[in-house]
Amino acid sequence: MPVVETEKLILNMGPQHPATHGVLRVILDLRGETILNAEPMIGYLHRGIEKIAESRTYTQFLPYTDRLDYVAAPAWNLAYCEAIEKLMGIEVPERAKYIRTIIAEIARISSHLIAIGTHALDIGAMTVFIYCFRERELTLDLFEHATGSRMLTNFCRIGGVMADLSDQFLKIAREFVEIFPTRMKDYEDLLTQNRIWLKRTKNIAVISAEEGLNLSLNGPNIRGSGVKWDVRKAEPYAAYDKMEFDIPIGQNGDIYDRYLVRLEEMRQSNRIVKQALNQLPDGEIKAKVPRVIRPPKGEVYFRVEAPKGEAGFYIESDGSDKPYRLKIRTPSFANLESIPTMVDGHLVADVVAAIGSIDIVLGEIDR
Amino acid sequence: MIQPFIIEIIFVLIKIVAVLGVVLLIVAYMTYMERKVIGHMQVRYGPMRVGPHGLLQPIADGLKLFVKEDIIPAEADKGVFLLAPIICLVPALIIYAVIPFDNFFFITDINIGVLYVLSISSLGIYGIVLAGWASNSKYSLLGGFRSAAQMVSYEIFLGFAIIGPLMLAGSLNLIEIVKAQENVWFIFYQPLAFVIALIAGTAETNRVPFDLPEAETELVAGFHTEYSGMKFAYFFLAEYANMLIVSAMLTVLFLGGWRIPIISDLALPLVLKTLLHISAFIFKMLVFMFILMWMRATFPRFRYDQLMWVGWKVMFPLTLINIGVTGLVYYFIA
Repeated sequence: MPVVETEKLILNMGPQHPATHGVLRVILDLRGETILNAEPMIGYLHRGIEKIAESRTYTQFLPYTDRLDYVAAPAWNLAYCEAIEKLMGIEVPERAKYIRTIIAEIARISSHLIAIGTHALDIGAMTVFIYCFRERELTLDLFEHATGSRMLTNFCRIGGVMADLSDQFLKIAREFVEIFPTRMKDYEDLLTQNRIWLKRTKNIAVISAEEGLNLSLNGPNIRGSGVKWDVRKAEPYAAYDKMEFDIPIGQNGDIYDRYLVRLEEMRQSNRIVKQALNQLPDGEIKAKVPRVIRPPKGEVYFRVEAPKGEAGFYIESDGSDKPYRLKIRTPSFANLESIPTMVDGHLVADVVAAIGSIDIVLGEIDR
Repeated sequence: MIQPFIIEIIFVLIKIVAVLGVVLLIVAYMTYMERKVIGHMQVRYGPMRVGPHGLLQPIADGLKLFVKEDIIPAEADKGVFLLAPIICLVPALIIYAVIPFDNFFFITDINIGVLYVLSISSLGIYGIVLAGWASNSKYSLLGGFRSAAQMVSYEIFLGFAIIGPLMLAGSLNLIEIVKAQENVWFIFYQPLAFVIALIAGTAETNRVPFDLPEAETELVAGFHTEYSGMKFAYFFLAEYANMLIVSAMLTVLFLGGWRIPIISDLALPLVLKTLLHISAFIFKMLVFMFILMWMRATFPRFRYDQLMWVGWKVMFPLTLINIGVTGLVYYFIA
């Protein structure tokens, strides 16, 4: 009897698709529903931010950093400002460092809430998504009180922060750190022990620590594979050296571990915010910096632990008020490289789960 | 002089119109109920704008779908594309012919009611498969494939699960089945069959956690990706009509149909009793509808192979065991 040969089906997932988190396009080669090959295509959100930087002064470029990862803008403000401060050798006042830490950690909670919420939505758990957004609303309120803006905060300034924290902010922030762990119980109740959730996430899209490192997987994703690497601990910046927190890691490197790592990171972030609020020193919020920023000739690379992984700025200065070249190292771009390895031989439904689990934002992939 | 059979025909027509009208109205308001129930479970309000508490929302939705541009993709198989929604909706509505809302209020009483329901409801699958095929879109195609496999296999478990109550009732007539539950509802004799029938019914109607044919985040909208306007509304109505049928069948088979404990045995005026029975039947259906909505708000979605695994390796053996045990117990007791 002749063997029936089937043609492979090429499925174009995206750029308009409900589960690709923006304008990602994945070309899937399918046999039935099994994936033979997955190829992510990017570039649909390219705005040329790196090139724009060359025609803007250092201060003017600051708002553009918000637009990289628009769900965790403060982390990118922070990375950019610290990079320039390192280049110019500016010493930031202690209070500003603490304020930066508080805002950056609230941004991490905010970003992880989106990550877990949309991830759960991709797998079909609709209610978790809404619950996550309920708490995200609180974090956005905090941003609003501190920065006047809810998403694109533009909060850090070269040498400090934009404004001091108001008493009102401190009050609601203290309330938030008390409420938040109790609210997290809702997501755990709906997902962590849910049999269907376990079936959909355990041993799916596994990536080993070695493979992950070779593909420069980073952030919570590589920690899910068991690599204990966190820039906040390895090269402390802002006030992280004075904070007490743990780095959660997973064992199997599957979707479930990445989910657990994110949950635990939110708890640790909450802990950091709590500590920083208690230890908040008095003093200036901005160092004395010249009106026009003219870093000395030279180059600098500075990285921070953004919610999605290692966010770095490489800045080459020619001594003028504009960067000669600015290169952004974005974590989502590196994370996306792992998708073909992760989903090889899985089913279509797993692609969606895997993309959700690495938590990409197209704004920083395409930049 | 009007001949008696003409009166009878008119009487039947009135009943058909009444049942269809009520069913379509309930179906429309099921969408409202679903949005409200899920909304409140998700700490939000659901529709609030059209009418008081959004009560006119289903009518606004219907009007919107009615006047919407009707798009047929250029590459679609036009005839089949037009036919598919109708094939989907019509079986879903004609099943109501045998649903006994009360022992006097039903359109028709046939002695193989359960078989009729099972066979007609399986016709609806063709609508979905054809829609997936005719759309000529890859997402629709995958959705159609999935539903073909899923609905065919879950129909088997549904069939096997309800054999238990049928053995107890000794009849395929829906009214006889209800009458057999005069003393004890079958849910107490057949709890396992009830749970399996509920799960299989959920899968039959493509509801979460078995909503793979239209898995939004994987297949965009599955088999109805390319449909818009009234044709989409047909699929939508068919889905909710099918949910109501599953609820009605579970009510008849396990929850004693129209019967209300104690009250049904009292000597009440006939009209009052009939009204009470019909409300009781609809209330029991709504309980199941609520459970289906509750599941949607709670569960993630199964993966395709896991769905088949659950069906064939867990539920199928359980139904067989249930039939065997029921048969043995029945043999020794009766």
